[in-house]
Amino acid sequence: MESLGTNGLVLNEKLLFEHSDPGRKGYSLPPLDVEEAVLPEALMREEIAGLPELSEVDVVRHFTRLSTWNYGVDSGFYPLGSCTMKYNPKVNEVAARLPGFAAVHPHTPENLCQGALELMYHLQAALGEVSGFPAMSLQPSAGAQGEFTGMLVIRAYHDSLGAKRTKVLIPDTAHGTNPASAALCGYDVVPIPSGPDGVLTAEAVAQHMNEDVAALMVTNPNTLGLFESQIADICRVVHDKGGLVYCDGANLNALLGIARPGDMGIDVMHFNLHKTFATPHGGGGPGSGPVGVCEKLAPFLPGPVVKKEKGAYRLETPSGTIGRVKAFFGHFGVMVKAYAYIRTMGPEGLKRAAQMAVLNANYIRARLEGTYHLPYKGRSLHEVVFSDRDLGGDCHTLDLAKRLIDYGYHPPTIYFPLVVKGAIMIEPTETECVEVLDEFCEAMKAIAREAEDDPDRLHQAPTRTRVRRLDETAAARKPRLKWEG
Amino acid sequence: MEFPEELKYTEEHEWVLVEDTIVTVGITDFAQDSLGDVVFVELPEVGAEVVAGKSFGVVESVKAVSDIYAPVSGEVVEINEELPETPEVINTSPYEDGWMIKIRIADTSDLDDLMDADAYQAFVEEEA
Repeated sequence: MESLGTNGLVLNEKLLFEHSDPGRKGYSLPPLDVEEAVLPEALMREEIAGLPELSEVDVVRHFTRLSTWNYGVDSGFYPLGSCTMKYNPKVNEVAARLPGFAAVHPHTPENLCQGALELMYHLQAALGEVSGFPAMSLQPSAGAQGEFTGMLVIRAYHDSLGAKRTKVLIPDTAHGTNPASAALCGYDVVPIPSGPDGVLTAEAVAQHMNEDVAALMVTNPNTLGLFESQIADICRVVHDKGGLVYCDGANLNALLGIARPGDMGIDVMHFNLHKTFATPHGGGGPGSGPVGVCEKLAPFLPGPVVKKEKGAYRLETPSGTIGRVKAFFGHFGVMVKAYAYIRTMGPEGLKRAAQMAVLNANYIRARLEGTYHLPYKGRSLHEVVFSDRDLGGDCHTLDLAKRLIDYGYHPPTIYFPLVVKGAIMIEPTETECVEVLDEFCEAMKAIAREAEDDPDRLHQAPTRTRVRRLDETAAARKPRLKWEG
Repeated sequence: MEFPEELKYTEEHEWVLVEDTIVTVGITDFAQDSLGDVVFVELPEVGAEVVAGKSFGVVESVKAVSDIYAPVSGEVVEINEELPETPEVINTSPYEDGWMIKIRIADTSDLDDLMDADAYQAFVEEEA
């Protein structure tokens, strides 16, 4: 098989600092025709040392060359588990660039930006419809801030009842940011082991559930790609003791149009518009992490939220709000793209996206199950987690990931979730066709054969890239954070 | 993989050296091998109170960040000051240079819950 990872002409590129030549510049100013304004002495520096001096073409070439080193979902398959690197349709970019959206100033009075408010209102409603939550804030800037916001809402709710709850339960199959979000809100995190089949049991939750527990944070489907099948019972156990259930909505892509977290008994959930709703992320972001809540938590949402009254849209701050979590209204441009995605897909299209995401993950699972060890055998949803247990030649997950680069693929998520030793977490998303999945599976199988027959190919990988394997340990232990001539 | 006979072990893969009322704590050979290259360690301050089964610090490798759990309750009387600067000794010498903290034990019955080397060896084999 011919590999995608071929070496064409790749232009080398130095740092901007190394290009610098004293006196070179990329601007020309007209002669000064007014009196020179002088800054106060105290604000003046003796000299500005170390800034690169460059011409316009130096800078343009520098960044253009760097851009050719990039690998993104527009260049190839990007099966990064947990991250949902689905294709970002370009029509969404067109919508976000419409002058009425792109040029609206955040201080524009409500009566002059009704179109922007209308879009936000309809996005709130659409997210509510797919998730089952009656109230929504679009403000959080990305997933982790959505979690933080959701946990602050939970804390505000308990505070309003005068309850002193200090703990948050988090299963070992939840997303890695969940414990940090709970801790930032001042809670003690109690880890709960998942059952032997990778699914959280209501019994395990019941063992830890008491009146000190403010909330349980789950990710559903969880980081093993498994649906938390006991979720309704789990919610009941938590609610019976006065606690609330937070769901990390990062994996909502598997459920769109099929099941609604609000109907499962979940009280709060954040969305990742930059995953589930196909807006760019990674280097192309920013993200957007709206938070949906049940009726009794609506008064605590960050404000303002958009309301409709007598045919007009207006901003309103909820009565018991936790306050702002982001300047102005959050990442409005991302909201436009997500709304465009929802409207171009339609209800049936969103459902089909979820079905195809699940089908694609299960296709990869079926094709690779005989080659790679599958530690949890439950029915996979949108992602599948293998391990390196059966990889020969003293090769490990990291070697496999690096070798995949030689084949022209972005490696999957590795060594996560932690419940799997040597985890390889693959999420193909719905936007890949069967030919791409086949090519990827063939590459994975070829690498497994190489591990047996010629393991050095893995140990030395990547060999077809601009730079060979980087010393991640040295980079972490002795980071060099600035350029020193 | 070595599990010295004179040490006690926890299910969270810490080792414990008991000397009278002072116990020295680190992470086992199995733990360092699973984590991979350790790049960062966070330890408590001398004088801090630790609680058996609760996290007292953090160890970060190229693969993951993990809590380190106190095997016994008590007061931290000494920490390995050099460890934050040289976290790699956790990989090269987990039982000696890689020691983390010394705890003055509050209740010696905490030690009853720990495993001996043979039991830990069996525990690890089951986990692997």
